[in-house]
Amino acid sequence: MAELFSRPANHDPAAPPLQVDGIGLVYDGVTALRDLSFSLAAGARVAVVGPNGAGKSTLFKILAGVIRPTSGAVRIYGASPGGHVCIAYVPQRSQVDWTFPVTVADVVMMGRIRTLGLFRWPTTEDWRKVDEALRRVGMLDLRGRQIGELSGGQQQRVFLAQALAQGAEIVLLDEPLSGLDVPSQEAIFGILDDLRASGVMTLVATHDLNLAAERFDQILLLNRRLVALGPPGEVFTRTRLLEAYGGHMHVVPEGEGMLVLTDSCCDGEEAAHE
Amino acid sequence: MSDVLAWLAEPLQYAFMVRGLLAALIVGIVCPVLGAYVVLRGMAFLGDALAHIILPGVVVAYLLGWPLGVGALIMGVLAALGIGALSQRKEIKEDTAMGVIFAGAFALGIALLSTQRAYAVDLSHILFGNLLGVSAGDLWLMGGLALVVFALVVAFYKEFLVLSFDPVLAVTLRLPVTFLKNLLLVLTAVVIVASLQAVGVTLVLAMLVTPAASAYLLTRRLPTMMMLGAGLGAAGAVIGLYLSYYANLASGPAIVLTETLVFVLVLLFGPRRGLIWRRKAPAA
Repeated sequence: MAELFSRPANHDPAAPPLQVDGIGLVYDGVTALRDLSFSLAAGARVAVVGPNGAGKSTLFKILAGVIRPTSGAVRIYGASPGGHVCIAYVPQRSQVDWTFPVTVADVVMMGRIRTLGLFRWPTTEDWRKVDEALRRVGMLDLRGRQIGELSGGQQQRVFLAQALAQGAEIVLLDEPLSGLDVPSQEAIFGILDDLRASGVMTLVATHDLNLAAERFDQILLLNRRLVALGPPGEVFTRTRLLEAYGGHMHVVPEGEGMLVLTDSCCDGEEAAHE
Repeated sequence: MSDVLAWLAEPLQYAFMVRGLLAALIVGIVCPVLGAYVVLRGMAFLGDALAHIILPGVVVAYLLGWPLGVGALIMGVLAALGIGALSQRKEIKEDTAMGVIFAGAFALGIALLSTQRAYAVDLSHILFGNLLGVSAGDLWLMGGLALVVFALVVAFYKEFLVLSFDPVLAVTLRLPVTFLKNLLLVLTAVVIVASLQAVGVTLVLAMLVTPAASAYLLTRRLPTMMMLGAGLGAAGAVIGLYLSYYANLASGPAIVLTETLVFVLVLLFGPRRGLIWRRKAPAA
């Protein structure tokens, strides 16, 4: 009950936007994540890659403050994630009930309800901000649609608009690109560019190593521990990829570059922790 | 025309029919409003369990000579909070735990009641409702509980919406998730208590779920779903009550059957998700 009236934590501008200190998660005796430490700057665009079960969704849920790590700590602008409303977690599409009776604009408005506060209804100004967020993701003309009537790419953009309406400074996207055609992926990258320009940090879990290498500033290579974090050229080396993917990957040297074959794909990430 | 009016007016010359009609309307309207969340959150089994767990509370109140609603309310709120606490643990699956408690509490209620002489009559009223036996005091209690439920559903509308649609978002927005979940459970218990007199422990689930499910098939926004559900619930209550008067059927079951028929019609012929009209495949 007390949390109803608590105020979100203030940002310490001197502290790093995201600082992770030795976090680990042991769940039912299984180590899901072990001793991760890293730090990211505002506006960073990071692809989070790793084999199935590497802990990508788990890492996101810890960063968002949905799961508490069993060791270590996450600091967002100097405070723990539980005090912040500036983190948006965009779930995998398979996690959403698309038959739910809400329109596109309703879903985006959800991002604003904490700012709005208890016992208050959205004003014209709030709806204007919702429309502004929808315009930025190019979905304004579909604002009245029920969310199940959208394509996969459009559904993803609605949640990005929600993150915008929330005023998120850190956006975590869980497999937003899988199953999308190239134009839909391009639309998402357009929005990610917009976010980077406004200093919003984005972490994107993906299985697509090509997209990760070509379209992201940094790669976070994960396999229950942090294998590497850095620009694609430094992270995607034969040694490190084999270290992360082990037997699930073949690396074939090919001229200047290398050919990477993995057998990990898409859904069925580690069971979600509630 | 005057024949129709006479036909409609005839039952209303009896005060107990007027009270029954008002009670049916209150229940018919309030149940689907909360029932919308029961349907959307997949809480139907939980609602049924809650209704059955309330039985021993009703019986104890009856044996002590208290108003039945008070016993039901105390038991309902305790059960709702108990279920809330149970769902946080993981020694045993939630629906299994609920099934065990629900059957056990129901048996306890019936065992207590079986010590009484008028056992069979009382039991049938508690199980299936006794709309025509509603007193003025009962009406006030039902109306009061309904108002409390409406007020809280309106007050926490956006928080309940987020909690039901996207529980993870509710956490990242730092909403008081446990408090909201428990509040929704307690409100469900309150609605069940308000409906007991009308349809009884065993049929209350239909009041919560059926009109809300019909409305779900017909709408694309939650407020519309709630209002349409309330309309369908009210209509089902009135039609069911007339049906019970003229066809000499038990009132609770007549109302539930009317609402079930509406659901089947909507399922078959509904313009949006109806089985007959569904030509284009749903969006992937």
